[in-house]
Amino acid sequence: MAADLTTRTLISHAQLRRGRGRILYWVLLTLVVVTFTLVFLGPLYWMVTGALKSGQEIAQTPPSLFPRDPQPQNYVDAWTNLDLAKLLFNTFYYATGAVLFQLVFDTAAAYALSKLRPVLGGVILGMMLATLMIPAMVLIVPQYVTVIDLPIVHVNLLDSPFAIWLPLVANAFNIFLLKRFFDSIPEDLMSAAVMDGASPLRTLWSIVLPMSRPILGVVAIFAVTAVWKDFLWPKLVMPSPETRTVSVGIYAFAGGTPQNVVIAASVIAAIPTVVLFLIFQRNIMSGLTTGGLKG
Amino acid sequence: MALTTAPGVTRRPGRPAPTPQRSAARRAGLGRRVRDNLTGHTFLIGAVACFAVFSWYPMVRGVMMSFQRTRRGETTWVGWDNYTRIIADPSFWTAWKNTFVFTGLALVLGYAVPFFVAILLNELRHAKGYLRVLVYLPVMLPPASALFLFKFYAYDPSEAGLFNAILTAVGLPTSEWMQSPTMTMPAMVLASTWMNMGGAVLIYLAALQNIPGELYEAAEIDGAGVWRRIVHVTVPQTRLILALLAMLQIVATMQLFIEPLILANGAGTQDSATSVAYLIYQHGFFQNDLNGAAALGVIMLVVLAGFSAVYVRLTARQD
Repeated sequence: MAADLTTRTLISHAQLRRGRGRILYWVLLTLVVVTFTLVFLGPLYWMVTGALKSGQEIAQTPPSLFPRDPQPQNYVDAWTNLDLAKLLFNTFYYATGAVLFQLVFDTAAAYALSKLRPVLGGVILGMMLATLMIPAMVLIVPQYVTVIDLPIVHVNLLDSPFAIWLPLVANAFNIFLLKRFFDSIPEDLMSAAVMDGASPLRTLWSIVLPMSRPILGVVAIFAVTAVWKDFLWPKLVMPSPETRTVSVGIYAFAGGTPQNVVIAASVIAAIPTVVLFLIFQRNIMSGLTTGGLKG
Repeated sequence: MALTTAPGVTRRPGRPAPTPQRSAARRAGLGRRVRDNLTGHTFLIGAVACFAVFSWYPMVRGVMMSFQRTRRGETTWVGWDNYTRIIADPSFWTAWKNTFVFTGLALVLGYAVPFFVAILLNELRHAKGYLRVLVYLPVMLPPASALFLFKFYAYDPSEAGLFNAILTAVGLPTSEWMQSPTMTMPAMVLASTWMNMGGAVLIYLAALQNIPGELYEAAEIDGAGVWRRIVHVTVPQTRLILALLAMLQIVATMQLFIEPLILANGAGTQDSATSVAYLIYQHGFFQNDLNGAAALGVIMLVVLAGFSAVYVRLTARQD
């Protein structure tokens, strides 16, 4: 707070601390806090409590602010009828795998591009970054055709977690983020290790990675949320009910399930990412704003 | 970016100092150099293989597929047939119209709103952390969860729906939301903006904090009011981020898919929700026309490349 007071913004601090400016500021602040709470938290409140209402109560006019006769049964029904435990486990499994694959392969690649710099490294980096320009929807059909019959090995990856894990490794944003971070690690720090005869793997493991914990955390968190939020790709490559992710599973059941139960399931599906956000909000927000937008 | 230095070639002044690995390599000669390169490529192999199989190859394959037709396991080259067929589909132009309307409305709402929200939040000296968490919270929800909330509770066309209840309470006429062809697009833009604006707000906030305070000071001394300070200081100082996010938002909104799928069951009332991405999905995975879907994908890529070209021209000229 103290540091904030030294930087001036659109309106000067002096103006906000005296007389009319002061009153105006407090009125505005209250208004903003109330409006934002209603706009961003209100719908979530409506969702959690709406799923507690009975079918009749949800259809009544005007809608009630509190559930008159709370029906926790809706949440129980959602859990059992949709087999949410299975769906959540699947999603969790895919997310964990995605984190591991991305951390291992993308870190290794970014380290090579930043510090080892082999022949053609620049070209490879350029080709990786070029994929950032290609919208996901354009690739969805040829990617699907590739996954159902992998070139050369002719393996069908449908319903295999690798169909989610491997395409996520091809994430140019991760490579860019990690490489930029590794670039900022001074060479001097590494030369000592190299002089002592440490192999590149050893240097990566005991010098580069310990320094890179914040950025690795950001990559991991974004990997989890990406898997948790993704819809179309898992819907296409995980067609069996046993392998579905939670979002796809809820969508598949939405047609023949009472609305309140669908909403209850949606609430449960959202809990893991919301909890993750509340725990790691600082890392997520700083990762988002340092994420290569300075160029 | 110099990759290697050939043995015997003296380093030109001004070049970056070689890494320890590379100077060691030069001393040790060719065998060592080959080995070091091999190590480098070994570290790259996993990521490169994934890019090759799931990004680079599908890109080429998508273009190839759009000129092919696969029937009963036999693939033949058919020239522009897929393109003519896909353009003749009556949904083609509707989907493009809808997608452009969505992108346009999302630019008006989803682009201006986060910028002003960021300016507002940057002026407040209290509750900063709380407000930031609030704005970003919807971004963390799985889109399917958030959209079911909108579909069942907010956009309920009866007066029991949340939005209609609010409209009734303030004495305005209610709306049929997703069941009215004219309200479908605004309703989808509203839901999409609510879900996605948090990221843009945080990025703008970071950009606003980099504006030197002296600029505002000078503008104020020159007698510029709040609005003129925004126009003449804030906007020019953040223009690169503004342009970049505009571009990213156009690319993202042109791929409109999950909103029509969940809110409007795909096509919506009188085709009012059909998007290009939804048409790709329909052709590829329901009408057994992967080649047509690939052609549509290529058309989309060309259109987006057009936007990117405009973006590059505009930002290059400003510098």
